[in-house]
Amino acid sequence: MRILDAILIVIAGWLALGLAGIAVLRQTSLVARVLFPAGAVLGVALAGLALAALFSAPQTTVLALGLPDLPFHLRLDGLSAFFLLVIGATTVGISVFAAGYFRVGEGTPPGLLCLEYHLFLASMAMVVLADDAYAFMVMWETMALSSFFLVTTNHRVPAIREAGFLYLLIAHVGAIAILLCFGVLQANTGDYTFANMRAQSLPPLWASVAFLLATAGFGAKAGIVPLHVWLPEAHPAAPSPVSALMSAVMLKTAIYGVLRVGFDLLGAQQWWWGVMLLAIGLVSALYGVVFSAVQTDMKRLLAYSSIENIGLLFIGIGLGVLFNSYGMTALSALALTATLYHVIGHALFKSLLFLATGSVLHATGERSLGKLGGLMRHMPWVAWLSLVGVLASSGLPPFSGFVSEWLLLQSFLFTTGLPDSFLNMLIPVVAAGIALVAALAGYTMVKFFGVVFLGQPREPRLAHAHPASPLERAGLVWLGAGTLLLGLFPVPVIIAIDRVTQLLVGSGIADTVRAHGWLLLSPSTPERASYGPLVFLVVVSLAVLLAVALVRKLYHGRIRRAPPWDCGYPAQTARMQDTAEGFGQPIRQIFEPVFHMRRELPSPFDAKPSYRVTIEDHFWHWLYLPVAQLTERIGRLVGRLQQGRIAIYLLYSFVTLIVLLLVVTA
Amino acid sequence: MSLLLAQSINLFAVVLLVLAFAMIAQRRILTLIHLFTLQGVALVAATLVVAHLTGQHHLYYSAAVTFALKVVLIPILLHRVIIRLNVRWDVETLFNIPTTMLLGIVLVIFAFNLAGPIARLSTSIAHGTLGIALACVLLSFLMMIVRAKAVPQVIGFLSMENGLFFAATAATSGMPMIVELGIAFDVLVGILILGVFMFQIREQFDSLDIRHLEKLKED
Repeated sequence: MRILDAILIVIAGWLALGLAGIAVLRQTSLVARVLFPAGAVLGVALAGLALAALFSAPQTTVLALGLPDLPFHLRLDGLSAFFLLVIGATTVGISVFAAGYFRVGEGTPPGLLCLEYHLFLASMAMVVLADDAYAFMVMWETMALSSFFLVTTNHRVPAIREAGFLYLLIAHVGAIAILLCFGVLQANTGDYTFANMRAQSLPPLWASVAFLLATAGFGAKAGIVPLHVWLPEAHPAAPSPVSALMSAVMLKTAIYGVLRVGFDLLGAQQWWWGVMLLAIGLVSALYGVVFSAVQTDMKRLLAYSSIENIGLLFIGIGLGVLFNSYGMTALSALALTATLYHVIGHALFKSLLFLATGSVLHATGERSLGKLGGLMRHMPWVAWLSLVGVLASSGLPPFSGFVSEWLLLQSFLFTTGLPDSFLNMLIPVVAAGIALVAALAGYTMVKFFGVVFLGQPREPRLAHAHPASPLERAGLVWLGAGTLLLGLFPVPVIIAIDRVTQLLVGSGIADTVRAHGWLLLSPSTPERASYGPLVFLVVVSLAVLLAVALVRKLYHGRIRRAPPWDCGYPAQTARMQDTAEGFGQPIRQIFEPVFHMRRELPSPFDAKPSYRVTIEDHFWHWLYLPVAQLTERIGRLVGRLQQGRIAIYLLYSFVTLIVLLLVVTA
Repeated sequence: MSLLLAQSINLFAVVLLVLAFAMIAQRRILTLIHLFTLQGVALVAATLVVAHLTGQHHLYYSAAVTFALKVVLIPILLHRVIIRLNVRWDVETLFNIPTTMLLGIVLVIFAFNLAGPIARLSTSIAHGTLGIALACVLLSFLMMIVRAKAVPQVIGFLSMENGLFFAATAATSGMPMIVELGIAFDVLVGILILGVFMFQIREQFDSLDIRHLEKLKED
């Protein structure tokens, strides 16, 4: 049996699990304890098969599904195999977690949730397998719809319905752009298979149109600025496993789309595409991280952090395009390796963090950072694993985030080789921007972890927070272990990614990397830059152990316990801790023009002083509200046709008929 | 003999047109139903003549279906409706009747102008009647627009279908049987739905005046 067929069987298995969910619609324990774990097993199978597919030749098949004479063409090549690997590996953790997470009373009955969830998984896997525009769009829309229903799981809450509709709207605007892009790509041949699109060579103007449409369409799904507004609404609205799945995996299908169209379907690239992606990416990354730093809702914080990471991915792709358009394929491969590394790294650590917020949410019923705190004592597993995710997200060694950001910055160091002096001067600005983003991301993550898990509980009921269930822990452990392994063993991962870059730009960095053994990662020459994560880990651990030992040895012997003067902290309460607002305040101050901020400051004479600050996106006022107003105005104009009288409606038909008849006679 | 028969088609056509005018002018609903029945009879007769002249057997069937539906079944249904709902008069039309008649004349002239070029191309025996058929359709449409009560509107709708049917018979010796059966069935279902609809309006507003439906509009 071929690998592709086996993968299709796994996908069919997911669908079957979903249908089984319908059969046991309201039996929560059956759905949670049997169907979701079974889905996780299939996820393992998918990851394994995808890994095998990564190292084998492309395979194609034709599924006689859909409309007559319009079958689904499927193709499994390195790029799709890599994204299938991401989907499979991430969903294992999420499905196991979901098995422990979904309970009675989440709005949608559990069986239906199971159907939507597995349909979502299957459609994402099929999106990356699709080899014609028709199959791609069908799967893309299935993905959008199933995730819409997942987002609106608690559909009785009006705010959640609104978030869902916003998501659906932007997803569909994006889908239209993608559809138009395919329309341009087929170059009037009427053949919508990707094989045909690859064979066409478009004139530069039309190629640019196609690329712009693809950027807009996939960007809407990925959440680039200014199409990002749905992300911070939809992610908090969805149940945590769903937010994890959307943020970690679904956003990556958009990255897949950009890579597929930009590198595979469109032949020659133009340098300014790369510059455009760099600009979009930098703006999104900065925007995302700055907003992330001032959020007070933990899931919104993570959603904005996803925007930031998507920005980084776009920067990586932009750099890849730029190098590739000047024929520097090896450097392009380096930039793309960094991007793909970040794809899988972000998929794992962001789902880990979202799931951790899910556990916190279930344990405390609280999503607002201002009411959490000190949870490390009550939920140590969740806290320690979150720490792994937080460190990876901040781009600290020895976790996955560091490797990808380091590789990305390494590839920036080579931009001086570009034959355009203008670019040579501008691109370091982007590199500096990335450094700023990384620093702010670290700041944000300190805030996230510190406020939720450290310090004292801000509400008395937090003392009764129960630890996460074993299944939830298992899911978190899987993702945390993945993050750690990705950070510790970058060389095998890069060798796997090499298959993808060979496919995309015909070059790779595996040979260079392999030359230095698996301990030391060096993308170019060891003199220039190298990184040994294991060595780092050993050294850091030793240093920490040494420090602890020294402190114990030298300091502890001299400790004196004496009450007389306690530094002005006789009664230390939770109110004295730094809050989420307080921690984010400097950022709010520095980046004030970026926010649309409304503040209510208490007057000095207020008996019950209250302080409130709401932070909104400028883009609502700049882009979305004007569009909405315009639509409403047009709607009102058209609404005048609606008189509510049958005679008038009949008159419309009558006049139309007469006019048409007149036209015919003329 | 056959020439006489061919002329008789024109006669029936004129009868249809005159009946259409009569329906526009008529405000009593009971008479309106009688006029509609008469129109059905004229239609059946015309269809039979065309069938005889062209020797197309399926036209006999469609004549039979038309007879059963438009001369027997639908008038009975309409009678029952007006008895059950107790409506006799259509109180006021939106325009007064002479104005409507004048508009009708304009429509007839328009229809004849329109049908002229088509009729010259047609080789059918009844090619001259296409204009009349079109005029019947437009007149019935006009009737639907100007009437304020639900029952006359339904009758207008049915009479429009008569005009269409006549156009099909006259200009192209009838539509394929399957299409005709489909239309007949549609008309039957339509009348049932409209019947239910009328009862519903009546329940809701205590009147069959469709102007009450304006309240349903969303502001």
